[in-house]
Amino acid sequence: MLGKTAASLFWMSRYLERVENSARFIDAGFRISLTRSASASDEWSSVLKSSGVIDAYRAKHDDFESAKVIDFLLRDRDNASSVMAVMKKARDSARTARTALTREVWEATNESWMTLKAAMAKPVKEQDLPETLGLIRQQSALVRGATLGTMLRNDGFNFLRLGSFLERADSTARILDVKYYLLLPSVALIGSSVDNVQWETILRSVSAHRSFRWLNGTDISAQAVAEYLILHKQMPRSLTFCYSKISDNLNYLDINYDYKSRSAELAHEICSNVLNQPIEAIFEYGLHEYIVDFIAANNRLAAQIETDFNFQDRVG
Amino acid sequence: MLGSGEDVRPPYQEYKNWLDGEDVKRLHRKSAEAEAFLRKTGITFNVYGEDEADERLIPFDVVPRVLSAREWRKLSKGIEQRVRAINAFLYDIYHRQEILRAGRVPVELIANNAAFLPQMIGVNPPGGIYTHIIGTDIVRTGDDEFYVLEDNARTPSGVSYMLENRETMLQMFPELFAKIKVQEVSHYPGQLRRSLAACAPPRCEGKPVVAVLTPGIHNSAYFEHSFLADQMGVELVEGHDLKIVDGRVAMRTTEGYTAIDVLYRRIDDDYLDPLNFDPQSLLGVPGILDVYRSGGITIANAPGTGIADDKALYSYMPDIVEFYTGEKPLLENVPTWRCSEKDELAYVLEHLEELVVKEVHGSGGYGMLVGPAASKKEVSAFRSKLINNASNYIAQPTLSLSTVPIFTKKGLSPRHVDLRPFVLVSPNGISITPGGLTRVAMTEGSLVVNSSQGGGTKDTWVLEE
Repeated sequence: MLGKTAASLFWMSRYLERVENSARFIDAGFRISLTRSASASDEWSSVLKSSGVIDAYRAKHDDFESAKVIDFLLRDRDNASSVMAVMKKARDSARTARTALTREVWEATNESWMTLKAAMAKPVKEQDLPETLGLIRQQSALVRGATLGTMLRNDGFNFLRLGSFLERADSTARILDVKYYLLLPSVALIGSSVDNVQWETILRSVSAHRSFRWLNGTDISAQAVAEYLILHKQMPRSLTFCYSKISDNLNYLDINYDYKSRSAELAHEICSNVLNQPIEAIFEYGLHEYIVDFIAANNRLAAQIETDFNFQDRVG
Repeated sequence: MLGSGEDVRPPYQEYKNWLDGEDVKRLHRKSAEAEAFLRKTGITFNVYGEDEADERLIPFDVVPRVLSAREWRKLSKGIEQRVRAINAFLYDIYHRQEILRAGRVPVELIANNAAFLPQMIGVNPPGGIYTHIIGTDIVRTGDDEFYVLEDNARTPSGVSYMLENRETMLQMFPELFAKIKVQEVSHYPGQLRRSLAACAPPRCEGKPVVAVLTPGIHNSAYFEHSFLADQMGVELVEGHDLKIVDGRVAMRTTEGYTAIDVLYRRIDDDYLDPLNFDPQSLLGVPGILDVYRSGGITIANAPGTGIADDKALYSYMPDIVEFYTGEKPLLENVPTWRCSEKDELAYVLEHLEELVVKEVHGSGGYGMLVGPAASKKEVSAFRSKLINNASNYIAQPTLSLSTVPIFTKKGLSPRHVDLRPFVLVSPNGISITPGGLTRVAMTEGSLVVNSSQGGGTKDTWVLEE
């Protein structure tokens, strides 16, 4: 497989994952703005921070009015990370990697792009927002379904999966980072209803509020939420889950290529050092510091994959 | 579809019978479905100069163009003869130049021609093949009158439309194919791969590695490039995926560099090699021509084949065919006035309103004048262009091109068409896929079929014997 093709598959699935995560963030932010208008600005600001576009937004707008934030996140041409801009990049990557995709995966991606482009041709009205966000999630599900149902389980599939899980781990870590202060144990707030809603928003941003309740009942505590998102082995957006998939896919690549890659080693190190510790130890170390370390390690791994598998020509 | 009277021409009879039994509403619905089907496939093309986000779909018409087996036999024999002559001509022109010595083609036409590549003199392309892929443009003016309009011996495009149009028809009207026996086209990608592999270079070891070279996703024909690579099961590479390793052209894979044996390039000669041609080019591979000359790679089509489909040379094609095959040409050439010659220019200037005038190096329907369709102002503007740079132009009569019905909002309506059959050449022989790409001038009365000018396409059927 061409290095360029591997890179395009990797990025295609990163971008698709990013589109889906953006829809979740916007959904959670929108909910807060509807139910607790007093904290809407804070919430929108943290959504913009998790998405890494707060500076670009501030350069254009002075306040966090819902309609402005939503348009900025969904379709503003000044936002290179808007849902539409990222979807366009996903489709361009898919076009570049067209020969490594099945007809079904390509057509699902192309149709998603056409569908979302039509749905977001004009600013999305607040009353239509839930439907539009639902559409984004549905389109992502179609692409994922086509991928799982039709792709050969070869190196191309591994690169697609690596892109998805690296992006997902990054996204979950960013939400935790933006909200980490909410999760710090503070005697004064424990048990107050303010906390519960905030924590629930975090869970909602990763579509985990229902599953969390199934597992923990109504016993919602900061530590439990953090533990769930970092360490839970079955929660599909937790850092631990993402890394077990990343590790698996890198191992498959090594077997397939008969190669011992530095990437696989690095992923293994992250699994056994960073992720293999009790939540108490993480809090003791400092949740913020811990997440910053994790995001850096995740970025290092992405760069290592790029090097190991010749995504680009190396000079010399 | 209709013959000289109002009779249905025999090859269309069965289709007409089916059509008469069809509900018009259903056809309208099918027409819309076909468009949605093609759009989903991504079979779009980018129009240069327009917003990059604008990808257009070439209009597709659901009424097939039908040729009988007999008509096809006649056509394909003529094309085969012409393609054989073109390869012999290219070999000669880059070797002993007998045809120039014999005075059948003027020396200055070759020597001063940008499409002639001195770098190719004396080079022996692997398998002796220059043009592995040709798309001969044919027009029809009467029952048995076919003319060759252009030979397209560089990088002809459109074969993906031939294949996808058939695919679309099979999806939309499966019952038609059960009734009417149409010759297959779907073997083309497999044949293309075999045909390319049969021309492996001397340094190839083992099974030939084939790849398609594209300028990238922003090229207007990118869909076709990825389609062909995918259908052949070979890598689709860009210049930045390639470099020269140990005297071979190699592609960067996830496991290191792998040598390519046969490169089906879809970029022009000029961009192929910044060391040997345009130094500004970022699309090609520096030094690939040197690898080619040393037998390290096969480039398809070979560099320098443009000299054979040059419009200035076109009028000499009947002589070229005769010179190399010893036979009379089976297919007619359209009569052509060479504006570089004084008398002929005078005639052209006098008859501008009746003629089609084309740029010698133009393509895609750009920069041409269709006299009968042009306004007085356009004609006079073109006249001064022509006088200033006469040798840059040729002129041809406007042929009364045959029409084929298309399905419009108001029902069937005739439109002018041409036909581009696709030819593969390898040391094992010449093969022509039965059918080809029928291009349609979608505007009533128009003669311009180019997709860049709003032309459409339709499926082309060659009936079984």
